Amino acid sequence: MLKISNLHAQVDDKEILKGINLEVKPGEVHAIMGPNGSGKSTLAEVIAGKEEFEVTQGSVELDGENLEEVAPEERAHKGIFLSFQYPVEIPGVSVTNFMKTAINESRKAKGLEDMPANEMLKLIRDKSEMLEIDRKFLSRSLNEGFSGGEKKRNEIFQLAMLEPKVAILDETDSGLDIDALRIVANGVNKLKSKDNAVIVITHYQRLLDYIVPDFVHVLHDGKIVKSGGKELAMELEEKGYDWLKQEAAI
Amino acid sequence: MDLKDKLISSFMAFENNVDVEHPVHDVRAEAMKNFEKKGFPSKKEEAWKYTSLNSLQKTNFSIFPKEENALEYKEVKKYFLHEIDTYKIVFIDGIYSSYLSETTHDGVDICLMSSALTKPMYKQVIDVYFNKVASKDESLTTLNTAFSREGAYIYIPKNKMPKKPIEILHLATGNEASLMLQPRNLVVVEENAEVQIIERHQSLTTNEVLTNSVTEIFAAENGIVDYYKIQNDASTASLIDNTYINQKDKSVVKVHTFSFGGKLIRNNLNFYQNGEYIDSTMKGVTILGDKQHVDHHTLVHHIEPNCESHQDYKGIYGDSATGVFNGKIIVDKIAQKTNAFQQNNNILVSDKATINTKPQLEIFADDVKCSHGCTIGQLDEEALFYLQTRGIPKKEARALLMYAFANNVLSSVRIPELKTRINKLIANKLGVNLGFNL
Repeated sequence: MLKISNLHAQVDDKEILKGINLEVKPGEVHAIMGPNGSGKSTLAEVIAGKEEFEVTQGSVELDGENLEEVAPEERAHKGIFLSFQYPVEIPGVSVTNFMKTAINESRKAKGLEDMPANEMLKLIRDKSEMLEIDRKFLSRSLNEGFSGGEKKRNEIFQLAMLEPKVAILDETDSGLDIDALRIVANGVNKLKSKDNAVIVITHYQRLLDYIVPDFVHVLHDGKIVKSGGKELAMELEEKGYDWLKQEAAI
Repeated sequence: MDLKDKLISSFMAFENNVDVEHPVHDVRAEAMKNFEKKGFPSKKEEAWKYTSLNSLQKTNFSIFPKEENALEYKEVKKYFLHEIDTYKIVFIDGIYSSYLSETTHDGVDICLMSSALTKPMYKQVIDVYFNKVASKDESLTTLNTAFSREGAYIYIPKNKMPKKPIEILHLATGNEASLMLQPRNLVVVEENAEVQIIERHQSLTTNEVLTNSVTEIFAAENGIVDYYKIQNDASTASLIDNTYINQKDKSVVKVHTFSFGGKLIRNNLNFYQNGEYIDSTMKGVTILGDKQHVDHHTLVHHIEPNCESHQDYKGIYGDSATGVFNGKIIVDKIAQKTNAFQQNNNILVSDKATINTKPQLEIFADDVKCSHGCTIGQLDEEALFYLQTRGIPKKEARALLMYAFANNVLSSVRIPELKTRINKLIANKLGVNLGFNL
């Protein structure tokens, strides 16, 4: 479904991704781990289409289509979703109105009419119940004054509303206490199906206890230096990243 | 003949049409002398450094319209807040239109300055309030005083509140090639009284209009005034708005200024706090493009202790638009425990747009809280990317961010239908349909 081949990306002439290869098939959960500064967030943002990064070599393909010339919003329409590490605050625009805009823009791009109001309300109700989100929360301004946990839960709520093919969760576990982590992880697990895929980007193994990956990749200095099953995450938790760095240097 | 000379010679013609024996005319004559001496302000004056009236002075404005013009309600309905019932004081080319207006004398006076300045029953109020807070020195104000004859007169006695908001609408038909208007408004709100006023100036053609308006507002003890200025005029219409507010103990006056259109807009908004526990609020949203120019000059004079003032102006400037914000706060030595806040935030959405922003604080008391801040920036790229990843196209995403930026200024608008109207104007101005009512 998502195929990344020999991906090189740079910002201000500084190369950050140095040849990434990754294939994600429907129904799979991939975890990308790695030390700070290894390029994890950059990889997520390049997949989502951030224009600040220049792709110098290689490609990102979704269902066989090269996304090189595709704008971020069009990638979203095609089914890519990025949950932000630091979601942006939008005062004066409620969560509900924001979701209406997002969903209807996506429908417009597909040549569909706006979603009827009652259908929209039902969708919002179902998804917010699934994520144990209080209705009052939905009328608040998007992310404004939200706690870290509320922001992340709101990201997963948006994920649930938009039902993407490929969901990338960038450090979704950071800033979450254990209860919030469980709710967020349960939400992701409920949304998982044989037709979609999840890429979990994380520094720690903690989240992977709840969202169990099929594959774990370790990113170091812009390259995937090791891939394995979920047991690799345990190993990293135990040994840290240093042994991998040494292995990569050899 | 430049505009100053034309005005001076027009004053003689003006005197043929008013009662020169009336005491008000002494005030006019005195004001005219001041204007003759001072003339129009030039860019050499600090307060006019960024706003030039030169080209306006070269325009051959008609000082009085040649004939009375009429308009049908349906032609101008959209300029009214027609969703709700309001009192209306409407002027067409500076002349009162009884046909489009709805005035009242039922417990409150919502009527005309021309009546107030001539009829004996209003004499007492005029003696006490007319030209009492307006500057006797500032040249454009004195020019207006000299020609003061028509405008809105609003008197709310003790403990009263009109049943509905009041709209003051100035329409220009364009029947004159270029027309100068000088409306003069007086608003008096007595103890525990309250009023809501919406003021709008609208030119209906691309013929040039210059409005030099003066509004005096008096709020007595516990009085409440909400004043909304909608400045969304044609690109050939210029407005100089001089508003003077005198507040007594515990009164609350809020002025919202929405500047979305016009050739040149200059707002001189002056608050004088003559009492304790007063709250003065000035809020503004400015969204301009093309070569439009707006200049917000605010003054809050904290004269007595224990008062507050709040200023929050947001500006979005595109194309070659230019903006000025100059916020002056004076805290007298006696005015201890003053809380004065001032915020001016701007976004430039084009390389050619400019903004000059300047806080000016003169604080002579030592136990006060005063804060000010101004920012000039671009839209946050990270925020744009965030919205795009949710499927919202760049243009709509930019509009949503600009809307969010300006939004908190709207939270204090107390007429819901007006808030909706302003939101629509903002959405139009930003050129988007966001799929929900902002």
